[in-house]
Amino acid sequence: MNMPSFDPVAAVLLIPIGSAALLAALPGYRLTARLNVVASLATFLSALSLLVIERPQPGPYVLVDDLNIVFIVLNTFVGFTTSIFSASYIAHELDSGRLTPVYLRFYHAMYQTMMFGMNLAFVSNNIGLMWVAVEIATLTTVLMVGIYRTHAALEAAWKYFILGSVGIAFALFGTILVYMAARPVVGEGQDGMVWTILIQHAAKFDPALLNVAFIFLFLGYGTKVGLAPLHAWLPDAHAEGPTPISAVLSGLLLNVALYALLRFKILLAAAPDAIAPGPLMVTMGLVSLVFAAFMLYRRRDIKRLFAYSSIEHMGIIVFAFGMGGPLANFAGLLHMVMHSLTKSAIFYAVGHISQIKGTQRIHRIRGLTVTHPALGWGLVVGVVAIAGLPPLGIFMSEFLVVSSTFARQPLLAIVLVFGLLLAFGALTLRLTTVAFGKPRGSTASAEASYVPMFAHLALVLCAGIYLPAPLVAWFQHVARLLG
Amino acid sequence: MQMHSLSFDVSHTLAGGLVLISFLMLYQDRLYSLLNVFALHALVLALSVAWQAFIQDAPHLYVTAVIALVFKAIVIPVALHRIVKQLGIHRDIEAAVGIGPTMLAGMGLVALSMVLMLRVTAEADPLAREDLAFALSVVLLGLLVMVTRRNAVSQVVGFMSLENGLVLAATGAKGMPLVVEISVAFSILIAFIVIGIFLFRIRERFDSVDVSALDDYRGEHR
Repeated sequence: MNMPSFDPVAAVLLIPIGSAALLAALPGYRLTARLNVVASLATFLSALSLLVIERPQPGPYVLVDDLNIVFIVLNTFVGFTTSIFSASYIAHELDSGRLTPVYLRFYHAMYQTMMFGMNLAFVSNNIGLMWVAVEIATLTTVLMVGIYRTHAALEAAWKYFILGSVGIAFALFGTILVYMAARPVVGEGQDGMVWTILIQHAAKFDPALLNVAFIFLFLGYGTKVGLAPLHAWLPDAHAEGPTPISAVLSGLLLNVALYALLRFKILLAAAPDAIAPGPLMVTMGLVSLVFAAFMLYRRRDIKRLFAYSSIEHMGIIVFAFGMGGPLANFAGLLHMVMHSLTKSAIFYAVGHISQIKGTQRIHRIRGLTVTHPALGWGLVVGVVAIAGLPPLGIFMSEFLVVSSTFARQPLLAIVLVFGLLLAFGALTLRLTTVAFGKPRGSTASAEASYVPMFAHLALVLCAGIYLPAPLVAWFQHVARLLG
Repeated sequence: MQMHSLSFDVSHTLAGGLVLISFLMLYQDRLYSLLNVFALHALVLALSVAWQAFIQDAPHLYVTAVIALVFKAIVIPVALHRIVKQLGIHRDIEAAVGIGPTMLAGMGLVALSMVLMLRVTAEADPLAREDLAFALSVVLLGLLVMVTRRNAVSQVVGFMSLENGLVLAATGAKGMPLVVEISVAFSILIAFIVIGIFLFRIRERFDSVDVSALDDYRGEHR
């Protein structure tokens, strides 16, 4: 190590929080938007350096292992590209007067605070600290969802707040129960909440207590993953907030909650006498998938449409992790990465589209490929990807989920395929009306930055055609960790 | 049970008192009286946490007790009192479910949490397990207050009583780290909620804080 003073873990935490303070103080749109991008880039580069620099030893608060590096790198990458998209999106919002300069400062500060919360949740080795970090990330997104101060935005923020708070309360109760289960074995105090210590002793924990703890954790963090029937906050929060926030909500915040769930799933898997978390996750995953697929047909608002699509995909991912085993876990992990990239790309396109058209109503948007070829075709590729068509990455991960399920539980696979086809139908139906046909609405030219959207789509396409061998090996290794 | 000492009895009484006050909350049909009962709830919580700090010899828990006393028993009820007065919604609470069914549901929830926690924690020490059973009762009753009320202020009160249950559980778990940090984090959360309600009023976006009225603004319904 040439640079002993450089600590990437500290960097991914301190850069966001430091720049949040700076962005709250600095005036001026151009400067702050650029600073936001630069800070996000710096965070992303520090996260990348985790891959090459020797990892720190797991301490009482911080842990870096093969599992969370995947999450951190993905998180900071999408955070970086979203900050680029956000710069051009927010410029338009300022011009149209929906955001005032004061709120803009607040927005940028919250954006970085949210990145801090999410990164902290990923690197924390302490289940109490992880809970606090998830709460920080949730609170900041609540504030950003309500930033437009319209009736609808405030209602969405309120609903998100109340449901999210109940979820977080359940998660805390589950966390306390885990500590209670651990206390007789590992002793009082700090150690009882350190994940790496818990996992070593999990086999000796009281299984009954651990079961109840997992139910609470599953309900609590499951609310944040957006699993049906706990999803009620998700479509409103996506539809009413600024679109960059919809992109990070779908692409990143859902992953944070999922990561918390996975940590506890591994913990339960290490305790042989406790219930298997798999069946619970499989059931909730399938319910979310089929429910969301039906709901897709009745959407009139384009951001709500893709919010329900996020519920559907989180359902698939939770289902895959619930099935367990190396292949299904691999598929779940790949699907999670692909979904984050694709869904945020779609929201980048949708954000510019709704700004140009001045509406989010699907029936007022027609013929995008004619009037705005770049945005229109970008959206087409994105939706084709999210619907699961080859040769894009989501096709491959969905194919893996389906085929591994067919091999083990054919009946479940039938439900899974039914849900996937249903969602596919709904998305194609909506896509044809929005992208093709006679143009409707404003045809003003877009001042958009296409780079983030096409970068994401290119990555998804690459992953669909060819996955680099080291990446496959890495994911396979993580899939084995997940049990 | 062999652990019938004074410390056991006192903490038992305080935790049981919290469950009773949660029941009181269920049938309050005026906002002012609901706020008063909540202040009492927070006061008993503060006593309970202080007692735990004393018997566990854990001075940092006194911080949590002071937060409960000053913030939740005094500042928040007074602030909500003023909001209610300014909004002119002090006359009554629009309960979504009648008092009878609510009380029955409350009893059912307490029975459920007793059966669940006492059975599951058979090997833990009696103080901790009964504390946990009471805490879960308070959490579930808080949830019941939230779902049976339509009014945003009483939903917040329900949430705060739910959170009191969590603090009770956390302080009852002997030697649990980060309890103070978590109670501070929760206080910030609650402060945000209360400020949120206040902002609703200032912006005059809402004619009332009745959550059912907000449903009309959903983008989906036309």
